[in-house]
Amino acid sequence: MASLRDIKSRITSTKKTSQITKAMQMVSAAKLNRAENNAKSFVPYMDKIQEVVSNVGRVSGNVKHPMLLSREVKKTAYLVITSDRGLAGAFNSSVLRSAYQAMQERHQSKDEYAVIAIGRVGRDFFKKREIPIISELTGLGDEVTFTEIKDLARQTIQMFIDGAFDELHLVYNHFVSAITQEVTEKKLLPLSDLGSGGGKRTASYEFEPSEEEVLEVLLPQYAESLIFGALLDSKASEHAARMTAMKNATDNAKELIDSLSLSYNRARQAAITQEITEIVGGAAALE
Amino acid sequence: MKTVKVNIVTPDGPVYDADIEMVSVRAESGDLGILPGHIPTVAPLKIGAVRLKKDGQTEMVAVSGGFVEVRPDHVTILAQAAETAEGIDKERAEAARQRAQERLNSQSDDTDIRRAELALQRALNRLDVAGK
Repeated sequence: MASLRDIKSRITSTKKTSQITKAMQMVSAAKLNRAENNAKSFVPYMDKIQEVVSNVGRVSGNVKHPMLLSREVKKTAYLVITSDRGLAGAFNSSVLRSAYQAMQERHQSKDEYAVIAIGRVGRDFFKKREIPIISELTGLGDEVTFTEIKDLARQTIQMFIDGAFDELHLVYNHFVSAITQEVTEKKLLPLSDLGSGGGKRTASYEFEPSEEEVLEVLLPQYAESLIFGALLDSKASEHAARMTAMKNATDNAKELIDSLSLSYNRARQAAITQEITEIVGGAAALE
Repeated sequence: MKTVKVNIVTPDGPVYDADIEMVSVRAESGDLGILPGHIPTVAPLKIGAVRLKKDGQTEMVAVSGGFVEVRPDHVTILAQAAETAEGIDKERAEAARQRAQERLNSQSDDTDIRRAELALQRALNRLDVAGK
């Protein structure tokens, strides 16, 4: 049986660990709260832009814009959103696994696909496997603003228009609730289901100056906001996943402390019993 | 006086929401004044100030990148960034203006002139709105 001192030091260190995980859990809970608020304040913008896009898309069915055209797919890009830091349970691994599997199943050679990595964990993962990374973004804060993502989003869309790739898929964790997150894959470009989205049917619009020029502004902005929306979603999931992971860690630590305390008490009792036996034995020997 | 509902929303949240008598925006094709009952229109916007007139007073909102969607009873401005006059951090805008100016002046090969120009425009626009 381990010595009293050994058990004691294990109890102390487990306690310390549980304090840390507990603190991280609370921090993540607070961040989740804020992330949810951010996601909420993004909703009116997204709804509105969706509505306008679907209205405009319906009206201008015959207008051709490079972002609407489906081309023969020679190269597919995957925009994979992960976090910068670990300790978030299966958050990163599930996204990466699903993205990696999709790539292995759909493509024969590495020329057929590429990755746009948001988040350090994802970038390192793909780098290690020597999967081509076209662009990357790391070091995002816990609360992302649109400005932080704007450049990457714009570049990505420009690359699609220039023909660097013919399809863009988003892979990220969708926030369902604080305990459930779902890996989601969405095809972002080309924008194909325009006009089929919700939104009320309104009278036809006047375009100022012309339909083409309105779409020129509208479609990139729409795609950028879809990317931003996915990022907000993923951030909320990240904090939720980390919160759950840390809660589990804290619970496990508590269990461990309980069982360690039990064996500590047992060992102490054994030591006392032994001491008494020795004294009694010693006294008996003197008589 | 008839009014029209005006919303200014950005990806980071709604910025403005009120009933207004007249809105004027700077569209790509020129300035656009919108009164209640305007026909449905969509127009891309330049970096500029949106003027909102109500009860003889004019409010300004600095807007960059986006478009305006007009319906007879509702005007929505979808911008990538927007700030009301009170919401503008003057010092930051001034710093941004200087940075952009320096970048334009340096003219080295690796400067992205277009980006610097846009940054300068945004900063000037903010300063303009905040100043009034």
